[in-house]
Amino acid sequence: MSDLLAVRSLFAGYGRGNVLSDVTLEVARGGVTVVLGANGAGKTTLLRAISGMIARRGAITLDGARIESMPSERIAQKGLAHVPDGRGTFAALTTEENLRLGAYTRPRSAELERDFERVYGFFPRLAERRRQQAGTLSGGEQQMLAIGRALMLRPKLLMLDEPSFGLAPLVIDEIFRILERIKAEQESSVLLVEQNATLALDLADRACLLETGCVVRSGPPDDLRRDDAIRRAYLGY
Amino acid sequence: MDAFLHQILSGLASGGIYGSLALALVMIFQATHLVNFAQGELAMCSTYLAWTLVRAGCPYWVAFVATLVISFLAGAAIERCVIRPVEDKPALAVVLVFIGLMLILNSVAGWIFGYTVKTFPSPFSDRSPFGNAFIAGHELGIMAVVAALVGLLYVFFRYTTLGLAMRAVAVNPESSRLVGIHVGRMLALGWGLSAAVGAVAGMMIAPVVFLDPNMMSGVLLYAFAAALLGGIDSPGGAVIGGLLVGVLENLLGAYVIGTELKLTVALLLIVGVLVVRPTGLFGKVVVTRV
Repeated sequence: MSDLLAVRSLFAGYGRGNVLSDVTLEVARGGVTVVLGANGAGKTTLLRAISGMIARRGAITLDGARIESMPSERIAQKGLAHVPDGRGTFAALTTEENLRLGAYTRPRSAELERDFERVYGFFPRLAERRRQQAGTLSGGEQQMLAIGRALMLRPKLLMLDEPSFGLAPLVIDEIFRILERIKAEQESSVLLVEQNATLALDLADRACLLETGCVVRSGPPDDLRRDDAIRRAYLGY
Repeated sequence: MDAFLHQILSGLASGGIYGSLALALVMIFQATHLVNFAQGELAMCSTYLAWTLVRAGCPYWVAFVATLVISFLAGAAIERCVIRPVEDKPALAVVLVFIGLMLILNSVAGWIFGYTVKTFPSPFSDRSPFGNAFIAGHELGIMAVVAALVGLLYVFFRYTTLGLAMRAVAVNPESSRLVGIHVGRMLALGWGLSAAVGAVAGMMIAPVVFLDPNMMSGVLLYAFAAALLGGIDSPGGAVIGGLLVGVLENLLGAYVIGTELKLTVALLLIVGVLVVRPTGLFGKVVVTRV
């Protein structure tokens, strides 16, 4: 079967000059692709380029449709949910309103109401904080809210930008357990950018390594795990 | 005692108008984080439009609704054509555009309609059901219209998806795009709505202050005071701030400083709020954790 997301020779950056040069990667249907890389390698830029938040050149195909010249809101309507770095919380709105915004592109329906329960089932702590101003949630809760908001879109592709960033180990485990469940349900494919290489490689079925804006390795997670240089630099053993 | 009560009630009526214009200011402020100095002149133009329609033989309420619709469209068009090109520019550039818009609208209205003061009809009967000692019929009508307006806006922003999307854009435009909201359309909608709200304020105050190109300058100052007092980012606060300013203005004007110095009340309030409590009474200090 063809890939859900295919990125071909993507160039992107801010203002003059490219951060990404000639990036190529794929996400399989129902699969999880992880992008590893050091700070400043261009991981966040890659996700921002795919979801149309910055100018880019190249070919990006999502579920058969070319999206590289669409604005972000059209891409979201095509079924791409991007959990941005910094989590993108609507701080002044309530938790529930944040989730409702995640489903903005979908008509109101019984199915949508069931999805609220699904998200609250994934993250019971969000249910307790339904009416609370989202800006007052803890960092971990805001990360859960960001993932919940993305799931409310019923996305074909879920893009996560360092979901473990700045969180306590227990919270990270909780979030990765949910990602396992999302993967098992096979409804959304996942493109994951992560610094926590060990956890990310366990989840992924494809991996690639970004260095200064270029993909320097890609393949099955095991190949990257076996690579000595990668092991030393990103896995730490 | 009757006179005192009358001062309070009529203060509430004019306060309702300050509140609705303040509401229009707050709606723009939430989207742009700037105060739209042209808000008053926009309302003045809308009022001239209503006056023209009524003079052409339109029944009052037909003219009223038509004015709202046209003001809405004009507000959205101004956002598209005038504000969007300077959207990403520094605050000062945008403020200059607001001021330019204010001067242009004022001069154009003077050029078309002249500077002679005109009377503007009130749709409400002169006689008040409670006796004119307390409150005039028009003042009672103002209160009803403002209450209906605020109620409608509350329901719209609180309970509809579109209203939620507009609030989302005000809070976090980038995230709004990522969930599929067309940010530009929401901004245009916000300008349209605030122009329509301003139009209501203009049409309600015109029978009291009469119609001329400078009719809104005083009202806008009170609306600034109201918006600041209530908290510049709080729509509910703007309305309550408006009512407070209206009552305060009337009572101080009647018993303390006399009518000539009334406008000073607004200026003192603006300075006072900024010095003592910059967030106003209901302004949110948004808490963020990282």
